[in-house]
Amino acid sequence: MAFLDLSDVRKNYGPNTVVHKFDLDVERGEFVSFLGPSGCGKTTTLRMVAGFEVPTAGAIRIDGRDITRLRPNQRNVGMVFQSYALFPNMTVADNVAFGLKIANKPSSEIKARVEEMLNIIKLPHLGGRYPYQLSGGQQQRVALARALAIKPQVLLLDEPLSALDAKIRVSLREEIRSLQRSLGITTIYVTHDQEEALSMSDRIVVMNEGRVEQIGTPFEIYNHPRTRFVASFVGTLNILKGKVVDPAAGKIVIDGQELFASKRIAHLQAGEACSAALRPEAASLHQSELQEAAKIASAFGRESGPRNRMVGTIEEVSFLGSVVRIRVRFKENAVSLDTFNNPNTTPPARGMQVTVSFAREDLLVLEGAEG
Amino acid sequence: MKQQKIGSWIAIIIGTLYFVVPLIGTFEFSLRMRRGEYSFDAYRVVFADPRFQATFGYSTLMALLTIAVGVLIVVPTSYWIQLRLPKLRPLVEFITLMPLVIPAIVIVFGYLRLYNTSSILPLTGSAHSTDLLLVFSYVALALPYMYRAVDTGMRAIDVRVLTEAAENLGARWPTILFRVILPNVRAAILSGAFLTFATVIGEFTMASLLNRPAFGPYLQLIGANRAYEPAALAVIAFLVTWACMGLINVVGHGKQIKAAP
Ligand SMILES: Nc1ncnc2c1ncn2[C@@H]1O[C@H](COP(=O)(O)OP(=O)(O)OP(=O)(O)O)[C@@H](O)[C@H]1O
Ligand SMILES: [Mg+2]
Repeated sequence: MAFLDLSDVRKNYGPNTVVHKFDLDVERGEFVSFLGPSGCGKTTTLRMVAGFEVPTAGAIRIDGRDITRLRPNQRNVGMVFQSYALFPNMTVADNVAFGLKIANKPSSEIKARVEEMLNIIKLPHLGGRYPYQLSGGQQQRVALARALAIKPQVLLLDEPLSALDAKIRVSLREEIRSLQRSLGITTIYVTHDQEEALSMSDRIVVMNEGRVEQIGTPFEIYNHPRTRFVASFVGTLNILKGKVVDPAAGKIVIDGQELFASKRIAHLQAGEACSAALRPEAASLHQSELQEAAKIASAFGRESGPRNRMVGTIEEVSFLGSVVRIRVRFKENAVSLDTFNNPNTTPPARGMQVTVSFAREDLLVLEGAEG
Repeated sequence: MKQQKIGSWIAIIIGTLYFVVPLIGTFEFSLRMRRGEYSFDAYRVVFADPRFQATFGYSTLMALLTIAVGVLIVVPTSYWIQLRLPKLRPLVEFITLMPLVIPAIVIVFGYLRLYNTSSILPLTGSAHSTDLLLVFSYVALALPYMYRAVDTGMRAIDVRVLTEAAENLGARWPTILFRVILPNVRAAILSGAFLTFATVIGEFTMASLLNRPAFGPYLQLIGANRAYEPAALAVIAFLVTWACMGLINVVGHGKQIKAAP
């Protein structure tokens, strides 16, 4: 049985259901992120685990113990807040010691533990400072130390880095992750930043409008998004709208051009509208059909399977440094693709007729064809 | 630009004169008890008057009790509104402003009707129970100031998140209230307390109509019968009020504990 287990958890506020049927098993020591747009219910779900909200239905268990209805102060779950929530009237050391004092630990033990925690967060000399004398990044590290000092069974973080500037965000997220690994603490991390979720997590729960869209490793979420929402929210996927021609063969038509999708469309009907996803780095660009051998670029060496081809016109060329992003328009649809910058070749010009090619398995037909 | 500056200086000067001239006049008059020269005789007489000592002491005691009761009522109320019932805030604000709108004399006549000796709760029956009634009426009177001050303090810290952080670390209600919330709104409570003190110390209507030996009625009595002493008393009362205001500033800015930036 999983260490942290949410089964069929729901939350209503009056007539509004903000979390629908949430099921999740988290293994001991696992780092799981909740990823989703604002208002999708990430915080609400996390707060139910912390005990600040009571689920309308369902059960939450930690290590087999049902905690659904326990008060927050009986749960032994550590929480880190977006706004740090350090006690302004206490020093850093007193903040870290707070939970230990509540637990009536002997003062020698408290002292040792506080010292240990301050060392772990690399602020050993700042124990005597007040929170307002620290930078945002330091405050958040103290908040982390305070949450971990009581040796919680589960650590919860609600967008802990979103109030910090970009550089500190990146370094602190690495720090949090390595700390989490070395302590082996089961962790749920809420974020709406896909880069954060992809780089830190063992698994990601992608949420939308109170529902779980997909649960998977960062690799699975990024490369095999199951729904249109996941595809558009994670990464810079191209979404193409088309129609199913032959479900058995995986044949679809997009803007009048016939293409083959990677398997998995047998559940659709011929003639049904569908949408398909294509990652920018999966497509390559050819000046014309004849010059096909002279690929301008392809982000990864691709295996030579049968490839899809689409003819279109270059609509936009943006130079992003090491990468040049090119948008090719067909009719209704357009595809953005990334090519590496090559100092010896000028990028193609707008208005040029080109062919875009990509492997069949890179064209993913998505669930939820609407829209 | 320059003209504007001159204009605002003129406004400030006129404003200052408006407040300061009567004060200086009063002060100057209070020094003229001895014929032909300035002296502090009036003050000496006032301070030597046992009624001054008694009434000032009584009013100080009433003020302290008022502060204690007020804090006990206002702090938990404001905390709870901030935490759980933000929808009630406008209503509570309206209620706390009532004493500013309803004249004290109306309130006190209400009390006299409600709590007279032939009522169910005859608070005006004995001196002690009348004192109690007086404290409660002062609490009502000072409510606008106390509530405003505390509420502002509560809003300056994120009460909700701090409560949750403490709860998450295993704390129970008393610990949260006394070790986390109170220390962070101490400055606000003190400023509410000083405002209460300044309000209560010279209050006349309620004390007089409830017939209690307070400082306000004493001021009035002296004012009606003497020449120089009332001026001295006015200056003293002014200084007391002023000291309270000064203390608010000291407490507010001195060892101020800032919330997250
Ligand atoms: N106390 C409440 N009463 C009523 N509705 C609420 C309450 N708390 C949250 N909601 C609603 O529940 C939904 C989910 O909120 P939640 O805070 O969980 O979103 P979130 O995913 O954390 O978003 P964000 O990224 O903006 O923090 C929102 O539509 C919100 O308006
Ligand atoms: Mg949130």
